[in-house]
Formats: sequence, C-alpha cells, structure tokens
Amino acid sequence: MKTTRLIIVAVGGQGNLLASSVLGEAALMADIPLQMSEIHGMAQRGGVVESALIFGNARSTIIADGEADILVGFEPAETLRALNRCNTDTVVITNLAPLMPFTVNIGKGVYPDLKQLQNLIRAKTAKLIAFNAAKLAEKAGNPLAVNMVLLGALIQTGVLPLETDQVKEAMQHKTKPAFLASNLKAFELGYTAAAKAA
Amino acid sequence: MHKLLTGKPGEKMLLLGNEAIARGAIEAGVAFASTYPGTPSSELSLNFFQMSRESDLYFEYSTNEKVAMEVSAAAANAGVRSMCVMKHVGLNVAADALMTLAYVGVKGGMVVLTADDPFMFSSQNEQDNRYYAKLSGLPMLEPSSVQEAKEMVGYAFDLSEKLKEPVLFRTTTRINHSSGIVKLGKIRKRITKGDFIKDPLNLVTVPAVSRKLHVKLLKNYDSAMQLAESSTYNFVEGDGGWGIVCNGVGYNYVSDAVEELQIEDRVRVLRVGFSHPLPPKLIKDFLGRCEKVLVVEEGEPYLEEAVKALAQEKGLTLPIAGKAPELFSRLYEYNPAQVRTNLAAYFGVPHESPALPDLSDLPEIPQRPPTLCAGCSHRATFYEVRKAAEGLETIYPTDIGCYTLGLLPPLSSADFLICMGSSVGTSGGFSKVTDKKVIAFIGDSTFFHSGIPGLINAVFNNHNFTLVILDNGTTAMTGHQPHPGVDMQQLQMDGFGRVSIEAVVRAVGVPHVTVVKPYKVKKSIEAIRAAIDFEGVSVIISQETCALYAKSLKLARRKPFEVTDKCRNHRDCMDNLACPAFYVWNERIKIDPNLCTGCAVCAQICPENAILPRKEKKVTA
Repeated sequence: MKTTRLIIVAVGGQGNLLASSVLGEAALMADIPLQMSEIHGMAQRGGVVESALIFGNARSTIIADGEADILVGFEPAETLRALNRCNTDTVVITNLAPLMPFTVNIGKGVYPDLKQLQNLIRAKTAKLIAFNAAKLAEKAGNPLAVNMVLLGALIQTGVLPLETDQVKEAMQHKTKPAFLASNLKAFELGYTAAAKAA
Repeated sequence: MHKLLTGKPGEKMLLLGNEAIARGAIEAGVAFASTYPGTPSSELSLNFFQMSRESDLYFEYSTNEKVAMEVSAAAANAGVRSMCVMKHVGLNVAADALMTLAYVGVKGGMVVLTADDPFMFSSQNEQDNRYYAKLSGLPMLEPSSVQEAKEMVGYAFDLSEKLKEPVLFRTTTRINHSSGIVKLGKIRKRITKGDFIKDPLNLVTVPAVSRKLHVKLLKNYDSAMQLAESSTYNFVEGDGGWGIVCNGVGYNYVSDAVEELQIEDRVRVLRVGFSHPLPPKLIKDFLGRCEKVLVVEEGEPYLEEAVKALAQEKGLTLPIAGKAPELFSRLYEYNPAQVRTNLAAYFGVPHESPALPDLSDLPEIPQRPPTLCAGCSHRATFYEVRKAAEGLETIYPTDIGCYTLGLLPPLSSADFLICMGSSVGTSGGFSKVTDKKVIAFIGDSTFFHSGIPGLINAVFNNHNFTLVILDNGTTAMTGHQPHPGVDMQQLQMDGFGRVSIEAVVRAVGVPHVTVVKPYKVKKSIEAIRAAIDFEGVSVIISQETCALYAKSLKLARRKPFEVTDKCRNHRDCMDNLACPAFYVWNERIKIDPNLCTGCAVCAQICPENAILPRKEKKVTA
C-alpha cells in the first residue's frame, strides 16, 4: 500500500490531537496501517502542537523535513512555519484565522501578511486550499470545531486513503455526543469549502 | 471502566506508546507501580493512576524517583510484580537505589522504565541511559514500535523473574508519544499480596554480603548474555553483505530506507532489542557475513563501540562506521530522510530526495514559545520579586517546572538551572562566593522532590539567600499530578496524608518564613522585601492554585477584567507582566475576556487604575 504522510500543525488548544485521534480511529476501522506521533510538551501553555500521521506500510512514526504529502495548518503563521516540511508536490490546507503569538502582542515580532503568506505557499507547493475555518466553525454552531472543519477539507482532497463515512463514524466514537451534530456540520462546511477552493 | 482494563484479548486499539506499555504491564499482572512524573513518561503513570482507582492495582506518585524505586523494590522483594516509571534524568536520582538493588535482586518481577528524550523536547539533557545497564550490570530491553513495546513489557517481567533481578526498559520520546494499532492480549491475574522472608545475609548489603552478591550479579550477567544470544528481540533480516546494526526507532527508519532505496537483497540488518548484555556470538557471526557495517543508533556510540570491539576479538578488519562528521551525530533525534541519505552515501546507492522549495524569501515568522498561562500566579510572584529587588544586583537560580518559563522577558527571572532541586543547593554556593543578592525559585512538587536537603544544608551552613517556593497546589508542568502537599479531597480521594510546606520549612529551622498570596501585589512585595533584607536563609511561600488546575477542578471563577477609557497607554501591564490575555488593538491594550481569569494583578499595577472588573454588557436584540 502506498505511503501517505500527513502533518498537522496547530497552536495548543485548537484540538489538533482530537483531529488526529479521529483519523486514527477511522484508519483502525478501515483496517489501514497507521503510524502516528505527536509533540505536545507545552500544548497547554500556548506552544505549537504537531502531529505526524503516516498511512500505509511504513514503520517510521515521524516525517522528515520536505516529506509531507499533505500539510494541514490550523493557524496561518504556523502553516507558513511548517513549510519546511513540504516539497513541491505537497498539498497544503490552511485556516486563515490568525491566533496572535504573545511575542507579537508585546511588540517582539510582526505577524505575516495573510495575502503574501498565501502567495508564498501557493508558489512553493502543489496546491493551497485556504479559508477562514474559524468562521465556518462558528457557522456550525461550535467555535471550537475548527479542527472538524479542517478535517472535512482534508478528506475532500482525497489525498488520504480514508472515506468520508469512515471519518464521520470515527467522529461518533471520539467526539463528545453533545457536540456531535455541530462537529458533523463543521466537517461538512469544511468539505464544501475545500471543494470550492479547488 | 478504563479502556486498558476492559479491552478484550484479540481486540485492536489505537494506543499511545505509553498506553500500550501500561496495557502490557497489566497483561503481565503488574500489581504495584510507582513513579515521579516526567515527560515523556507521564501518560504511562497517569494510566496506572486512573486504573488504580478502578481496580486492585496499587499505584503511587512518590516524592521522587529514588523513593519510587525503593517502594517498588520492596514490593518486588515481597514477590509482587512491580513497575517503576521515570524519565531518563529521573534515573540519575534513583541510581543510588538501582546500583545496589542490582546486587540484592528481586523475587517478583520488577521492571524499571526509563524514558529517554533525544532532542530534549522537554528535558534538560539528552543522556543515553543504555549506559545505566552497563553501569548496573542489569539487562536492558528496547522496543522499536508501540505494539512491540506492549509485548516486550510482558517479556521484561518474565525475564526479571527468571534472573531474579530488575530489568531496565528503555524507551525514547518517539515510542512514548507515538501511536499505533495494537492487538491486545490476555490479562494475567494480579497478585497484590506478597510475603517478605527474612534473609539478612543476602538482603542486607554490608560489605561481606555485597562481596558475595557481586559474584551473583556477574553470574546473572552471564545468564542474561546467553538469553540475549537467542532472544527473538535480537533478530537478523536479509542476507546481503551490507550490514546495518540498529536499535529502537532507528530500526524503523532503516527499514523504510531499505525499502525506498530498494536494497533489500543487498543488506543484512541486525535489530538489537535485548541491548544489555549484548550477544557476542550473534554479533560476531553477523559481522563475519558482512563486507562493511553501518551502526544506526540515536545518542551515544553504545552499539558501535561494542561491535568494533567484537570485530577486533574475531580478527575482522571490515569497515564499521556510525558516529562520524559525514554520517551520524550524537546529537538530537534521527529522522527517516537522514537515515536514508546516510545509508545511500555509506553503501554507495544512488538516490533522489523530493524537490524542496526554496524558502529563503519567507518573511520572519514571530516565535510562539510556550508561556505562563493567563492568570498564572507565578507571573505575579516574579513581578513582585523583581519589584522588591529593584536596585539590587541579583542572581535568580531557578528549578524545573512551569516557572522555568520565567526565563523569558519581561519576567526574566531565571539565571541558573541544572537539575531538580538545584535552585536551593546552587543558591548556597552563589551566596558564599558573590556579593549579589541570591533569590531562588522552586515549585511545590520540586521542593518535595529534592529541595528539602538543600534547604537543611543552607540552614546548617548559614547560607544567605531567599528561597521563593511557588506553591500552586499541584505538579503543574507534567499535567497536574498530586504531590505530598496536595489536598487529595479535592480529587475525591480518601486515605492520603498531607504535608504542609510551611511546617516543613519552619521545622528545618529556617529563621525567616512568610506565606504570601501573590494576587495581593502590594502586601506580597512588602513581605518579599523583608525576606530579601533578612541576613541568612529566608523563605517566601507564595500560595495560589494553578490557574489551569483551578479550571479543571471547576473552582469558582473570578470575573474577567477590562481596560477602561481611563487608560493612558503607559503599558506597564504589557511591559511588566505580558499576560497572554492581553492583546493590542488599534494601538491600545485590550484584555481577552475568555482568557482573563480575573486575578486582578494587572489592575493593581496600572498607574491610572484603568483596569476594572468587566461590566456585563446588556445584549440588545
């Protein structure tokens, strides 16, 4: 089976690990071999959280620089920062709603211009799908569902060997019942947004 | 009930490495477990903690790794299967116990897990704990995958009982924090009660006894070596002439590289999973069938040096390489591309890496370092200490915990750190040889872990410094584990004692002790100033519950604050506190009401008194 390498980058609190565990559960149900790793040492203290998911028969649980087939960024500056994980064939999905690092708030750094950021990513990779996932999450009735919006977009690209139904079923197992309806709605909105952007 | 207790044999689960190891231990009938929390091992003990609340598994958070080792050693000497879990540097703390426990041995199986952290994702060094196996003479096992980790734990218990000595189980971050699909096995019945049979001539390590026990250890070493020769965890794949010797996660990168380079028929891979004692016959036989050999191991050249020595014994002159400027480094963790590139270079295989985009024109991206949370009481204390020490030349020895983040500006309250508890000991040294005011910071859990002996030392040797104990009521950094000062009733857990930090500090004879509430800025500054002015050892205990912990305990929330129109844009709040609840909007400071915890520290330092409790805005439809 072909190996597909996915990197998800996010800021602590954005639900990256839940998104990864939904994908993991979906792979388990679909009987697709999967290796996963995460770095989340300081997730609760505003740091960056990164997950690597490798679908297929590879044994490695991490992805070297330049070797991601698809990159999903939950925060635009973090997507840009993770560009070294991409090659010219990588598909990139990014949320466009910034979360200001406190270094910017205290005047130690300038947040990149969002237009320029998109142009740069588009120029250096195979494809960029960019939209405001925070808005769609709100529209779905759950501002915390940015992760599910981006999952929808990810599945729409067809890069992963997972079907929509498998992921939706995994969401039923892994997300809280009270949020399931809004999470599914968020997933749908992300899926549609990615289809439009493509 | 906990998923690791209910999972049926044959069932497949997606498990974190730490969960898989916990399940492996449960399957092996572990009945007693102890730890001091430390990343990357923390989730393993968290799972034990959770399971102990729903079963007859005994688990404890011990005050430090040495104590954890001792309680488990006793359980194992009473015949109960026990496991002791720690991060790599924790084994330094427990090493005193380990080295002689190796002589004494165990009756029931005992597994000591050491979680190494190449690249130092969350550690102060990246020491390679395989050398502890060599130093102690104990067997060591190292898994390469999450599934294998689960199996190997079970084997580790059997091995320990067979050899009657503890077994070291070494993981790296990429085992602990990787997830994989794991097939569950049968759970062996836990035997929670043991018996201790007196045998002082084998269990009390006076010199005459130890001389005998060292002979026993060396005999065990030989038996372990025989087992390593035939262990299925030391296996050879392929029958080519290009030899690759590897261990741990390095084996995964080698396997993927061999496949991608399509050199399956050229290579011969020796994966070492039973890594101490190493199997000399197996390795010599392997070397005899190779033209040249590459050793792939993160960390130190542990395997490489052994392999070279064995080649010499066998009179082989084939090239053997590993650590070299053009090949592998002793630094940091490895990755699949690096291993592939080095394999291709060493064996002369053409290969192409994916085309990388030119990133030289990317704008500078603002850093996003982890920071103290909004409303963190440490931020308040750091501010108050700096205010109280204004005009003094200071040295701030610090310690290991969230508060190490006080390193960053604008708090800038960390000048020296080597290990757990070092804030106290190093303060004594600094105060003796410099004329600067030494003010040290230590957390509550770290104080219990290893701060107390340093403080006693300071009282006895008449050192001159101020120790600030940041008591936030939990072990915050590693995920809110309890410690001896925690009120366990808050966790609805009975049957625990509670140790008062203040009582300990007074009992060891510290002459100047003050307890402050850091959210009361003025009072705290005054108390800290008095402590700083005191000649000799003074202690400030700064008490306030960790903001994150308070949230998880669902303690009553304070009202958030807002910056009102009275603001003259002095920005004292931003420049001195830089709480992550602040942000800049149209050149003005604003407070995010969702992040603000209502600690009111910024309100107290605002020169215009412009920061006030947020007024409920009436929502008009």
